Parts: sequence; C-alpha cells; structure tokens
Amino acid sequence: MRKKITMESLSKEKIDEIVESAYQRHKHSNPMQSGLIILMQEVQSEIGFLPREALEKTSELMDIPLSHIYGVATFFHQFRLRPKGKHIITVCRGTACHVQGSGDLMTLLRQSLRLKEGEDTTQDGLFTVMQVRCLGACGLAPIMKVDEEFYGNVTAPNITRVLNKYRSESA
Amino acid sequence: MSLMDKCCEKCSNSQDNPCKNYIACRTAGPICHDDAGCKAKLAKSRERILQGQNDLVVRIGMSTCGLASGSQEAYNALKKELSGRGVDAQLMEVGCMGMCYAEPLVEITRRGGTSAFYGKVNAAAVPKIVEAYISGDSSGAMAVRARKGTLRGEDGVPLFEELPWNRRQYRDVMANCGIVDPNKIDEYVAHGGYRALAKVLNEMKPDQVIDTVKSAGLRGRGGAGFPTGLKWQFCRAAKGDAKYMICNADEGDPGAFMNRLTAEGDPHRVLEGLIIAAYAIGATHGYIFVRAEKGLMAKRLMTAVDAAQRYGLLGDNILGSGFNFDVDVMLSAGAFVCGEETAMIATIEGNRAMPRVRPPYPATSGLMAKPTTINNVETLAHVPTLITDREYFTKVGTEKSKGTKVFCLAGKVVRTGAAEVPLGTSLRQLIFEIGGGVANGKKFKAVQTGGPSGGCLSEKFLDLPLDYESLQSVGSIMGSGGIIVLDEDNCIVDTAKYFLGFTTAESCGKCTPCRIGLKRIHEVLTRITDGQGTREDLSQLESLGATLGNTALCALGQGAPNPVLTTMKYFPEEYTAHLEQKSCPAHICQNLISYSVQPSLCVGCGLCYKNCPADAIKFEEVFDESTNAVGKRPTIDPAKCARCGSCYAICPKHAIIKE
Repeated sequence: MRKKITMESLSKEKIDEIVESAYQRHKHSNPMQSGLIILMQEVQSEIGFLPREALEKTSELMDIPLSHIYGVATFFHQFRLRPKGKHIITVCRGTACHVQGSGDLMTLLRQSLRLKEGEDTTQDGLFTVMQVRCLGACGLAPIMKVDEEFYGNVTAPNITRVLNKYRSESA
Repeated sequence: MSLMDKCCEKCSNSQDNPCKNYIACRTAGPICHDDAGCKAKLAKSRERILQGQNDLVVRIGMSTCGLASGSQEAYNALKKELSGRGVDAQLMEVGCMGMCYAEPLVEITRRGGTSAFYGKVNAAAVPKIVEAYISGDSSGAMAVRARKGTLRGEDGVPLFEELPWNRRQYRDVMANCGIVDPNKIDEYVAHGGYRALAKVLNEMKPDQVIDTVKSAGLRGRGGAGFPTGLKWQFCRAAKGDAKYMICNADEGDPGAFMNRLTAEGDPHRVLEGLIIAAYAIGATHGYIFVRAEKGLMAKRLMTAVDAAQRYGLLGDNILGSGFNFDVDVMLSAGAFVCGEETAMIATIEGNRAMPRVRPPYPATSGLMAKPTTINNVETLAHVPTLITDREYFTKVGTEKSKGTKVFCLAGKVVRTGAAEVPLGTSLRQLIFEIGGGVANGKKFKAVQTGGPSGGCLSEKFLDLPLDYESLQSVGSIMGSGGIIVLDEDNCIVDTAKYFLGFTTAESCGKCTPCRIGLKRIHEVLTRITDGQGTREDLSQLESLGATLGNTALCALGQGAPNPVLTTMKYFPEEYTAHLEQKSCPAHICQNLISYSVQPSLCVGCGLCYKNCPADAIKFEEVFDESTNAVGKRPTIDPAKCARCGSCYAICPKHAIIKE
C-alpha cells in the first residue's frame, strides 16, 4: 500500500502538488472533463479524503466550476470531504447481509465505538465506520471489512474481538 | 516459454505486422512453417497448462468470497506444507467456482489422476489433507473429479459433477472459473479462448456476427432482457463518426455477485465478448465500467486488458484484420444509479450520475453524443460461445429465454453461492435442490428476486420457472439474478422497508416522483414497523407505488415500489399483524419487541452485562429461591435498552428472551 500522508505534512503546497501531478496524467482525456472522476479518485487515494484546497486546485487546472466539482464529489459514495481514521471499518448493508442481521451489527459497532449521530470517526481517530451497499460476498453474510481485511459470518462477539485486535496493534 | 510467445525466428507475428492465424497457431500450431521442434515446444506449453507440469497441481479459490473466508491463510499453509515436504507441486490461485458455502475451496490433482475437492479448508487442516491425498486416500474429500482411466467415485466420495450443488448446473460463462489462472492470458487461450475473436475477424462480417447473436436468442443479462443482437443492430445502423462500446461491470444489486465472480475468475472471456461486440457495432474505443467497491474485479480486468494489449488482441490492426479497438477500465465512484445506461454515460463524461429521458437511446446518441452500446458482463461472457459453439448455448433454456443464467443464492439457505443453470429452472429446484433448502431447519417464508426493483414471492410461486416473462407476470423481475431466501425469522415488512431505504438513499434526486415519492413510501413503512401505522397507510402505499411506476424517469424509480407492492399482495397477514396487533411475528422490528432474562435458564455468567453497549443491563446480587443461595443475576432496563440483540446473541444458555 502507498504510504499515507499524515495530516501534519499536508500543507497547501503539498495538496497542490498532488493535484497537479494527477492532472498531468489525465489532462489529455477527451473531453477533459471525463478525467475528473479518475483525478479525484487518485487525489483521494493519496490524501485519504478531498480537502477543499484540492477541489479548488482541480477547478483551476481543469477549468471546471468549483460548484460542478463539489456536485460530483458529494454525489458519489466513494468521495469524502473529511479526514478518515487510521482504520476503515466497512459494514456491508446488502440484502443478504441485512437478512442475516447486519443492521444490528452496525448499531452494535457504532455503540461500541461511542459514535454519536452524524459521526463516522472515533474521537481518537483510530476508526472510521462506513457502510457499503454490497461487497458481493453474499454467501458469507454478514460481512465486514477492516481496511483490506475481510471478515465473513460476523457475530456480535466477533466485533469486540476484531476491534481489540486493531486497538492492541496501535497501543 | 509462454504459450503466447514466438516459437522461433520464423514466426513473423508482431505489433506492426500481426498474424491472422496467431490464435490458431497457439492452439494447434505452428501454422506458417513445419518444424517438429516448434510443434513440440507449443504442445508442451499447452500441456503444461492443461495437465500441469508438476506431479501435483493444487488450486485454491482466491476471489473476494474465498479471501473473506480465509483462503489467504489456507494458501500460506499450503505453500509451507508443500515446500516442507519437498513435493513437486504447483500452487495455483484461481477464481471462484461459485461454491461460496464451501470456501476456502481447494482442488488437488495428481498429474493425469483424480482430483479431490476439499471444502472449508483452514490452515490447521492443510497438513492432514495433503498427507491423505499423497498417500492415495481421498476418503476425506468433499468430492472427486475423475480423469481419464481412473476410477469413478472412489472411497464412497461423490463425484464433483454429481454433488447436489452441481447436478443441475450447465456451465457456459463460468466454464473456466476455478480452473484457469485469471491473471494469465495463455491459460485462457489454451482452454480455447480468443478462438471466437479470431473466427469473427477472419471469417465474418459485422452483420453476420449480429445475425448469429440475434438468432441464438441472447438477451441482456443485466436485468431487462432486451435482445442483444437487436441492440447491436441499432447501434451499427446509427450514423456517427465514432462509436463506443461499454461493458457494464457496475454490479450494484445487493445480493448479486455473478459479474464479480465471472470477471474475477475469467476476465478474458468478458474482454473477448467486448471486442467482438465492438467489431459488430463498429466501435473503435471502449470502456469497462467497474464498481469501485469491487476492487479485485477491477484489478483482474486491468491485468487482462494489459495482456491483451501486449499480445495484439487490443490496439491497432487486431490479428491483421484492419480492425482497431482499445479499452479503458474506469472505476465507478459508487452510486447504484450508475447501472442505468444514461447515468453511466454521464459518469464517464465526468458528471453526477443522473439519468436522462430516453429517447434518444444510447444506440443513436450515447457517450459524447455518439452511438453507444452498453452490455452487461454476463451478456458479453456468453458471446464467445455463441460464435464457436452456438448449439451449446441454444440447447438449453426456454423458447423465449435461451441459454443459461448465473443466479446468486444467498440469505437463509443451506448452500450459498453462484449457480449457472438453464433459464427456466424453477425456484424450487434452485433453492431446495441446489441450495439444499432453508438453513437450520427453519421454515421457508419468502424468496426475493431481482434486487431492489424485484419482488418478494411466497411459497406458492416456488414452481415458477426462472425466465424473464414468468417473473414479470408475478410483479417481480429477473434483474441481475440475485436470489435471497427469507425464513420465518425474517420480517416481510422490514425487508420491504430495507429495500426502500436503499432506493431512497440511492435515488439521484433528478425526478420528483422518485426523489419525494420514495421518501414518503419509506416514511409510511417506518411508521408501520414502529407500530404507528393505520389501515389507510396501505392504500397510500398502493397509490404512491402506482404513481412511481408510471412517472419516474428511469428504471430505478419505476421498479423501486416492487418490494412493497409484492409483499402487500403476497403477505397481507404480516402487514395486518404490524397494523392491528402491533406485533412483529418474526421479532425483528425493534419498536415492537423487548428483551428480558429468563431466570430459570440464567447461570449468572455476566457475559450479557459485560457486552451490553448501551449499559442497559444491571448485574446485581439477588437471592435465588430455587438454589437457596445469593448470586449475581442480570436485569434489562427497557428504557435504556437499544434492542441491538447483542445479549441475545452472546448468551451461552439462551436465557435472553425476545418477544
């Protein structure tokens, strides 16, 4: 995995540099706007989210109104405008997972992490909880993913065990 | 030497001067010169792929579903075990065979001998399995596959083809899944791949290709079932200085994963179908639009595109035919509506994924306003067979729905996974024979077909044949082919609410009926599941449903009320229970249930108390009359209880009562 840039090292110059280099790779897209989503994906994969400065720089370089870019960024599930925690927990909310109780798992997980309504990242910045429409591993429902690690047939006691594993790793 | 490389300097195939017999040469060559050495070299390469070059070939499924059930650990253990023993073995990462219930799945084959399949292989079981197989004992296997000259069904182990899971299957798009290494183009070619492309480019005119697809009766496997050949014909006939061919790999239906499975397990088959389609409509550029959440599928497709470019199967003057075509793999940024053709086009153009009014259809004005064809992964994966062995495809299916379809079985069923069966197979055969019936001895309640735009069908529809028209006639759809089984513990109203929650969140917001109508339907359903509903709510649901069906802009909105309308029609008693008795028969709807402790079963272990995330459980000393002793016992405070069910799930004595 590519080394994540820490928040401290994220100056405006650094953001501009990341956007600029992504722009160089996609400026020949025809029409140029068709490179917008790919560019944003690449910037997000480096920074972890899309800071306002990155969207402004994109707008300037591609000559696309900021409102359009903001519209695209807020439309798709993949894009985030706020920083993420160290570990991303993704709970699948597909149909198979739903009938196997993934809604309850989500409630339980959010409660164990003491997340309030509207929050998705823990106070200590260790976890961000997200839901995904379907991971397509329905045979092993309910399923969740921590970073790139999959956990199938998840039960309530599993959740605590999995969380503790990541907690002890960063302790 | 790779099968795709030159056999000697006499081979003139190159990017600048591609040979039209390239694929035929790799399968039975060389063709341009007669040289026993070259012949032997190519034959050896092929044999190495088809038979294996080592004494043992060990295949392990490493698709998303395999990885989720721990195939990486099993892989590491196998690697260690095989090298530790010093066996001459080849360990292969393959795609998924569709048997999710048995993952991680391992197949061990002795060269020229019987293969044995082992299901649910964990790292600890690996040494035993390898030991037994090497010593010639396959009695511990789940199934065996007989090769030439070996005994059939030895040691009382069933044959792979005769497992209840496999007996009714007829594999076309999944033929290579679990057999070839998806990262290697030469494996696909050795198994007959790209022969259809060579035949099309060398021998057929675009119109002949379209006629072949039309007469075989292939219909779109993405959901609507539109005849594929006709779609191609419209696009071919449309005027435009450029045309585009798009592969829809934005598999978004929750509960459907056949596209992921096909593209992860055999990406070149999809790519070959795409190139043939492009030739038929006259496109020079194409896109594969992949769902971002399905990262491995995207990676496998990108690897396949790279290999095809390297060996001249994409690019300029493909196989010396003068036909130029290249492909970009694009990752969707995640939106269910992207599966709609015009929304997908908007996304590729760098816009919000909002559908537009059709006509004009993409066939005349699509991507960048040029004629565009969009086909689903599974549709394209059928195409190579239509060209090389049309009979194989048309032999099965019904009169109007020809060929096979991959159905994904999930939910409360014994065996989950993806099964490819002839269209027209009944729901009962799929759920009870292939899937082994409802899991844990529970009672069947309903089956949900077709994803968020599909319907929930009751027991009386189990003998319904699975084809486009039959499903439509009862208010559901084929959709992408997801089949979710619900048992007595699932609440029907909650299921309908779940789908509406999904479509409400995924509505793009462009048209009013969908943006506002879905929200209203979801509110009414929430009211009902909260125990606040009235009889009038039902007529309101019906009228909202009808309005959406008639007025929404795209299929997302038009089909979204189906889960509500079908459940109201086929399960009226569940709605009545919620509305009149204010009870949820399946104990799912949180406002209609409560948890309590059954003192006679509780042993006072305190697990529920420790695991309650809402601090709703008190654990205090009480006097127990039956044992005449003082001990700690839990009590649940209903005011604090979040009804998450974690105490219910964790109690080792089943002493938590849900009612």
